[in-house]
Amino acid sequence: MTFINYASREINCKIVYYGPGLCGKTTNLQYIYDSTAPQAKGKLISLATETERTLFFDFMPLELGTVRGFKTRFHLYTVPGQVYYDASRKLILKGVDGVVFVADSQEERMDANIESLYNLEENLEAQGFDLMKIPYVLQLNKRDLPNVIPSQELTGELLRKDEPVYEAVATSGDGVFDTLKAVAKQVLTELRRG
Amino acid sequence: MAEAPVIISEVHYERLKYILARLCVECAARAVFLVDRDGQPITHHGEIGDMDTTSFSSLAAGNVAATSSMARLIGEDEFPAVVHEGEKESIFISVIGRSLLVVVFDQRSTLGLVKLRTKKASFEVSSVFDEVIRDSGALHGTANSFFAEITDEDIDSLFS
Repeated sequence: MTFINYASREINCKIVYYGPGLCGKTTNLQYIYDSTAPQAKGKLISLATETERTLFFDFMPLELGTVRGFKTRFHLYTVPGQVYYDASRKLILKGVDGVVFVADSQEERMDANIESLYNLEENLEAQGFDLMKIPYVLQLNKRDLPNVIPSQELTGELLRKDEPVYEAVATSGDGVFDTLKAVAKQVLTELRRG
Repeated sequence: MAEAPVIISEVHYERLKYILARLCVECAARAVFLVDRDGQPITHHGEIGDMDTTSFSSLAAGNVAATSSMARLIGEDEFPAVVHEGEKESIFISVIGRSLLVVVFDQRSTLGLVKLRTKKASFEVSSVFDEVIRDSGALHGTANSFFAEITDEDIDSLFS
């Protein structure tokens, strides 16, 4: 949940990147980390296996700037995508303010996308959240690969409400900041609504 | 929507800082951190140096979240404390409701002393935090009017 500290004039929010294994969640964070000025970010922490698969989570704090005298800091997390790490995914969703679902656009990953999205809805519900009400963005990643499903078809399968949808190639950064901006904006707008 | 925000007033922040500062001296700790269970850093006191306190807080919360889940798997409700003992530096984490009191200490102190002093401070932190949660509701109205003043341009300017 959002933490507002009047003494240090800070707003801290938590955003979680969700999606099936190898869809590019960590790559999104890595690109944001590599493209951000050193003073605006903390360390990128990766709790990964020896083969660099996310074991627990990746984390990076990102300071976006000041709104009306308050520093806005977003804590970006990824979850482990592999099916059997569900307990970890549930823990990371605790206190979430906004979610990005990173879909793998490759044809053979369609079932994994659907399963992961279903799992997201279920795990959000377990933490007392409703996907239909929480700030949420759908990212269609890996659009540069040859065997991708047309965006319209993919969106048709994965769209849950009127969430913003962004095509992305996380390895080169296409769509990465658009996605982050969209979810951050929704989180701040939600705060404004109260 | 997401959960209602936790709003820490200046009065509560100063009280929490005071408790941490006193605890740090009383148990001869290197540093003391107060962290929300979801990983948000609240405040800290002591020898921080160039430590990334935000990442440290997130990892402490992740650590407690994992051990709490392990506790439930073996039939315990929760582990109220988590200890990591290193060759030179050690960490003691006390779980206090929705917050964590994290003490980093070295050879200048002992685990026994840290446990003893942290227990008393935990009660105080718990009491202040209860007030924070209670008052967050009231402050939410003030915060709403503050956030209502934020324009789309303000938000867009963060990304320019």
